[in-house]
Amino acid sequence: MAVAAQVRLVNDVARHFRHLPHDEAVAGVVQHVRTFWEPRMRAQLLAAVDAGEDGLDPLAVEAAEALR
Amino acid sequence: MSLLKEPDHGTPARTSDTTVRVTVDGQAVEVPKGTSVMRAASLAGVAVPKLCATDSLEAFGSCRLCLVEIDGVKGTPASCTTPCADGMTVTTQNDRLADLRRGVMELYISDHPLDCLTCAANGDCELQDMAGVVGLRDVRYGYAGENHTHQEKDLSNPYFDFDPSKCILCSRCVRACDEVQGTFALTIEGRGFDSKVSPGMGEKFFDSECVSCGACVQACPTSTLQERKVVEIGMPTRSVVTTCAYCGVGCSFKAEMRGGEVVRMVPFKDGGANEGHSCVKGRFAWGYATHSERVLSPMVRESIDDEWREVSWDEAIAYTAERLTAIQAAHGPGSIGGITSSRCTNEEVYVVQKMVRAAFGNNNVDTCARVCHSPTGYGLKQTFGTSAGTQNFASVAKADVIVVIGANPTDGHPVFASRMKRRLRQGAKLVVVDPRRIDLVRSPHIEAAHHLQLAPGTNVAVVNAMAHVVVTEGLMDDAFVAERCEGTDEWVAFISQPENSPEAVEHVTGVPASELRAAARLYATAGNAAIYYGLGVTEHSQGSTMVMGMANLAMATGNIGREGVGINPLRGQNNVQGSCDMGSFPHELPGYRHVSDDAVRSVFETLWGRTLHSEPGLRIPNMFDAAIDGTFRGLYVQGEDIAQSDPNTTHVHKALRSMDLVVVQDLFLNETSKFAHVFLPGTSFLEKDGTFTNAERRINRVRPVMQPKNGKHEWQIVCDIAQAMGYPMAYDHPSQIMDEIAMTTPTFAGVSFAHLDEVGSLQWPCNSNAPQGTPTMHVDGFVRGKGHLIPTPYVPTNERSTRKYPLILTTGRILSQYNVGAQTRRTSNSMWHAEDVLEVHAHDAEVRGIEDGDLVQVSSRVGATTLRAVISDRMPVGVVYTTFHHPVSGANVVTTDQSDWATNCPEYKVTAVQVGLAQARTPAGVVAQDRPLPTPVAGD
Repeated sequence: MAVAAQVRLVNDVARHFRHLPHDEAVAGVVQHVRTFWEPRMRAQLLAAVDAGEDGLDPLAVEAAEALR
Repeated sequence: MSLLKEPDHGTPARTSDTTVRVTVDGQAVEVPKGTSVMRAASLAGVAVPKLCATDSLEAFGSCRLCLVEIDGVKGTPASCTTPCADGMTVTTQNDRLADLRRGVMELYISDHPLDCLTCAANGDCELQDMAGVVGLRDVRYGYAGENHTHQEKDLSNPYFDFDPSKCILCSRCVRACDEVQGTFALTIEGRGFDSKVSPGMGEKFFDSECVSCGACVQACPTSTLQERKVVEIGMPTRSVVTTCAYCGVGCSFKAEMRGGEVVRMVPFKDGGANEGHSCVKGRFAWGYATHSERVLSPMVRESIDDEWREVSWDEAIAYTAERLTAIQAAHGPGSIGGITSSRCTNEEVYVVQKMVRAAFGNNNVDTCARVCHSPTGYGLKQTFGTSAGTQNFASVAKADVIVVIGANPTDGHPVFASRMKRRLRQGAKLVVVDPRRIDLVRSPHIEAAHHLQLAPGTNVAVVNAMAHVVVTEGLMDDAFVAERCEGTDEWVAFISQPENSPEAVEHVTGVPASELRAAARLYATAGNAAIYYGLGVTEHSQGSTMVMGMANLAMATGNIGREGVGINPLRGQNNVQGSCDMGSFPHELPGYRHVSDDAVRSVFETLWGRTLHSEPGLRIPNMFDAAIDGTFRGLYVQGEDIAQSDPNTTHVHKALRSMDLVVVQDLFLNETSKFAHVFLPGTSFLEKDGTFTNAERRINRVRPVMQPKNGKHEWQIVCDIAQAMGYPMAYDHPSQIMDEIAMTTPTFAGVSFAHLDEVGSLQWPCNSNAPQGTPTMHVDGFVRGKGHLIPTPYVPTNERSTRKYPLILTTGRILSQYNVGAQTRRTSNSMWHAEDVLEVHAHDAEVRGIEDGDLVQVSSRVGATTLRAVISDRMPVGVVYTTFHHPVSGANVVTTDQSDWATNCPEYKVTAVQVGLAQARTPAGVVAQDRPLPTPVAGD
């Protein structure tokens, strides 16, 4: 349940940074998640990436990698 | 304190760059040009007799009691309508004037019931006072002639009586309704001897357009319009100045008491937010505070299926602390958290976040602002550098154009709406951006220049298009932007793109391009343009983006940093601003400073004696998700009914059921308490001692008029829980909590109870740079240095209408009810709004076979509920609207998990729904009227 919520949330964040140049967009998502997300939410996001969760925005996946 | 009577100078103050000197009864006085003789006399210490004059209303000159002599002027002009001229010499008392005044009073008294000893206004009646002042001893005309003394009373309003037999036709009530409230519900009907005050077209007060703001009652010089409570129990004997606990306007009131009982709440003339005005909620709907359903003893239970058990405070605190500690021992320090209340004082909120951070040892604290104005915090901090509105309320009086976006001030913030309407009647232009035709669009003497009736969810496209017009038509304030802003080139390039043009977005927004262009030109070129907004901006998937978009628009046109302009959030609850200021967000310590900031954290660590976490905690929706996951198991909730107010009720209920411990601290057993194991009774605003901070950053004192009915202040309850969990936290008085806030939070450095008691109120920042506070922000520079112009692409919400759910539901509030209704439903306000209804456009109703008054089922992807349909031309085709004041209607059963991308603020304003008759129409054409319960969609 919560994993799905993190996927939805990070996709929403990614959609709002997508207009930026690619590297800035990734950095924007990373910065946002670091600033506002509680650590267990970030852990669930990383777990979702590791599990190849369906529906993850590619930008969110890149940002998640940068969060490790 | 004795009964507080503010001075009444008879006519309003005037402001002018020039002054004039006059002499009144030998007293010299200098006043601004335009000041009336009556006011000048009063300022010189000379009280001119008066009946139709009061300084909240423009002079009327009808009673002829204030006649004076002026050297060189023929006759005896009325001092209220005569402006002072330089060198004027005025005489207010001599035999001629005394005879004239006695003659006037004789006429009044000859048609007045002489029942002073049994009259409710005995001792508080200006007619009685003036009879004494003029020395009336006899009425030559007698009392036998035709008169008005046996006219029928109108008792239809639940809060005040209208007794026309005592009316002196001074028109103060009519003028108060016009000038102060701006509703124009009253008139003088008939002519000559038949003249009488009439609500509407000879209607009863309750049936008329009267909004029960109380302005007429306050203005009445006799007991013609009198508070019902005064009629029932008599006049108050003492006053306590305090602050209303309803909306974010934060009106100051005199709680007028008789012993320990509140007789009436009277708006305080010196209140910075309201300046003597009020609405039906603050003025009259305070009876909930002593309602019989209030819970006054702590209660506990092992399971939510058990009955409540009343216990002592000691047992309740120990039980709470033990269970919270046990949860942490079993599931880790992050397994518990707390929610602060926007209805509680700054001091009560501060100690909750301190308890969570220092005693719980995590940052899992959030506030109900999460579900309303958290995008304001994000958006204004990103663009301006601080999370607050830029103006004071009085600023609207200098606006030339007022843009209202996603707000309904006449219902949600009625006292500020009256200020706004006054400015609009003076000629300021109005632009309304709202899917629904709110009252402001067209009301007496007001008509919006433009109503941009956009499709729900397209705010950002509209504001971008307005900015596009500004930039591409050369309307940008280049000098302001060059000096005060950064990110300009990137933003200009973005906003100039053709896809942001009004024409390009018209098919999405539904707003005609020509109309939008005209509105943008008006905003950019009018002089002072101010934006006021509400939850119709924030409660969207792009709520934060929209706040930044509005800030961009204001910066691009130079409409920031002076009176009459700005970006102004209209906060929903009384202390939303304050609860956010106090560090209620899981990522911020008090003063909006991120928890990762080592220097800031060390300030609190040194004072609190605990190491604080540098990582953000869980937000409310994250708490619910984590609860269902099993990692978040204990929650303390201060004064918020999350089970009713938060979206996707089914999901919220599931989360609450998943927890091992839910602690509710509130006045009443509410929907959330159905899932609670501990109930800690709270205190009403009449018992609180502290401060509220309103939407204009104004810190007002909340003073107790009675002892806590539950036996304990709310801040003491929180301290006791923290202590029982092993963290020492104690104060002798709430002023010490404010002292700690001032010590740790630079924007509050100059705030103390003593300072507030001295000056009345303070708008933060209040510190050595601004010892008396800051009415207007960002005057010479932005808090963050340069204002940041940030590109704000429009990203459509994921919540789309489909063939199955073809309509969009949007939600709001109504004047007489407040939020989840816990307070107002326990007052006579429910006479105006006994149930939530669904407003539907006639076309949408007709194609579904729905008639006005039918019960209809509203279904979304997450649930369904039943509401009564009201056919309304306020709604555009395809959009329906309801309120969420009554738990039985369960409006949030249908709202979804969609939220603002940046803050997780729920997208209450856009839910795809289908609407149909709740039950099939019978052959007789009648629909059964039993209301089915709200139902979730299976599987959540």
